[in-house]
Amino acid sequence: MSALLTFDNVWLEYGDKVVLERVNVAIVEHSFVSIVGPSGAGKSSFLRLALGQEAPSRGRILLDGKALPPECGPDRGVVFQRYSVFPHLTALRNVMFGQECANARFTARLFGAARRRAAEEAAAMLTEVGLGDSLDLYPAQLSGGMQQRLAIAQALMARPRVLLLDEPFGALDPGIRQDMHRLILRLWEEHGLTVLMVTHDITEAFKLGTRVLAFDKRRVDPHAPHRFGATAVYDLPLKTRLPLDTPETSVSITIDRISNNLKG
Amino acid sequence: MRWVNVRPNRRSAVLLGTLPLLVALIAYLFASTARHAANPSDKILPTPAAMVEAMHGLLFEVDPLSGHVIFWADTAASLERLGLGLGICALSALLVGMVLGVLPAARATLGAFVTTVAVIPPIALLPVLFIVFGLGETAKVALIVVGVAPFLIRDLADHVAALPEEQLIKAQTLGASSWQLALRVALPQALPRLIAGLRLSLGPAWVYLISAEAIASDIGLGYRIFLVRRYLSMDVIIPYVAWISLLAIAMDVALMQLSRRAFTWAHEGRR
Repeated sequence: MSALLTFDNVWLEYGDKVVLERVNVAIVEHSFVSIVGPSGAGKSSFLRLALGQEAPSRGRILLDGKALPPECGPDRGVVFQRYSVFPHLTALRNVMFGQECANARFTARLFGAARRRAAEEAAAMLTEVGLGDSLDLYPAQLSGGMQQRLAIAQALMARPRVLLLDEPFGALDPGIRQDMHRLILRLWEEHGLTVLMVTHDITEAFKLGTRVLAFDKRRVDPHAPHRFGATAVYDLPLKTRLPLDTPETSVSITIDRISNNLKG
Repeated sequence: MRWVNVRPNRRSAVLLGTLPLLVALIAYLFASTARHAANPSDKILPTPAAMVEAMHGLLFEVDPLSGHVIFWADTAASLERLGLGLGICALSALLVGMVLGVLPAARATLGAFVTTVAVIPPIALLPVLFIVFGLGETAKVALIVVGVAPFLIRDLADHVAALPEEQLIKAQTLGASSWQLALRVALPQALPRLIAGLRLSLGPAWVYLISAEAIASDIGLGYRIFLVRRYLSMDVIIPYVAWISLLAIAMDVALMQLSRRAFTWAHEGRR
């Protein structure tokens, strides 16, 4: 399989502060990549680069073999921890938003038969994520978990090549989080998605991922800690996932410095 | 029980709210009666009966000089100026505020200019407006616009610029262009804020209107008050001031209701 998304010697610098250095990662289609690492290790910066929200200061990022423009586009979908949905639109209109933008350049609104078709597709997608009964509710009337379901449905409607998740389940209760894990794995399977997920929850990373990237700094200069950037220090392809109902406290995951193995 | 935990229910809150108004009214009646007991021709604190008598002519009789019923003609003239002024303010705030809020380049270009204009005291510009626009309607409407629009523009631009970046990114990943983003994401969220800004601007707008009318006008609520001041006609001034307050309250309530009806989502969380 050839790589879908390639980071080719990517650096991200602000002035003399180095955030990411020498990132070389190739992500193949239909993989589920979990990205873990301590705070400030550039996980979110990595995701922002993939999103096109920022441009690398050195190196290239290729999507389907073509250089990524430094701007977000419909080929990459995203779900953030919060504020991913539009508060002024109902669930249905939130999910229709992408189609309305694509098919009505000037008004960004559909009318008549086109609108009914878009509404039907959006309703089907909402039913698929379990929001079939909440089509006409505003985000403020939905719980945190339901809002994230909505954000996922909204992103999937645009049929992105890569789905980027930035700590999507970080603000949810443990029980709800497990439901969401089931949902995202099912969608990943059914839609043949390629997913990049940043998380601070290591168990979650090993439950969902087919591959885990750990970001950290390889070198630290104690007198100038900003001069060395972080990179993917571990890159673990996973053969088997942790079972979804693994309690968060019962496993110890050890990443061995030499053999990069995983112990349950 | 601690005082901070004493919360009146809805009925007693309404009752408590009317109490100060009632007290003020009764205090006035006492003062007025006392003054009239000492001097039956007192003009400073007229009795309600005197006010009714003075207002009767203005409310129901056609003025032979102008051919209008003065009170209603004044009200119509003032409301027209205020409506025009605030309408222009709202439109310009929407236009400029949206552009400033959505486009960082526009903000960098025009932000400092709008801030500079906003700190000029509008009343200080009144002579300039009279010189430029003459003494007619334009200058009065222009004063309201100069006074209120910069505030509304800044408020709206700040609000739009402060929308969570996640929303803007999300819209772009769904394929929205700059125009579509402004139209479908920023504008709907700016409108309730615009109405809130207009409600806050009602007070200043009335101040500018009455100032302009006091200085150069021949009709209008503010003009009338300043005209009859020469005759110490408190029996006209007080009803006029009460009427102005009533109009201001009615506008405020109307705008609030409009916002509640049209943008239910914006009021959802606060109930």
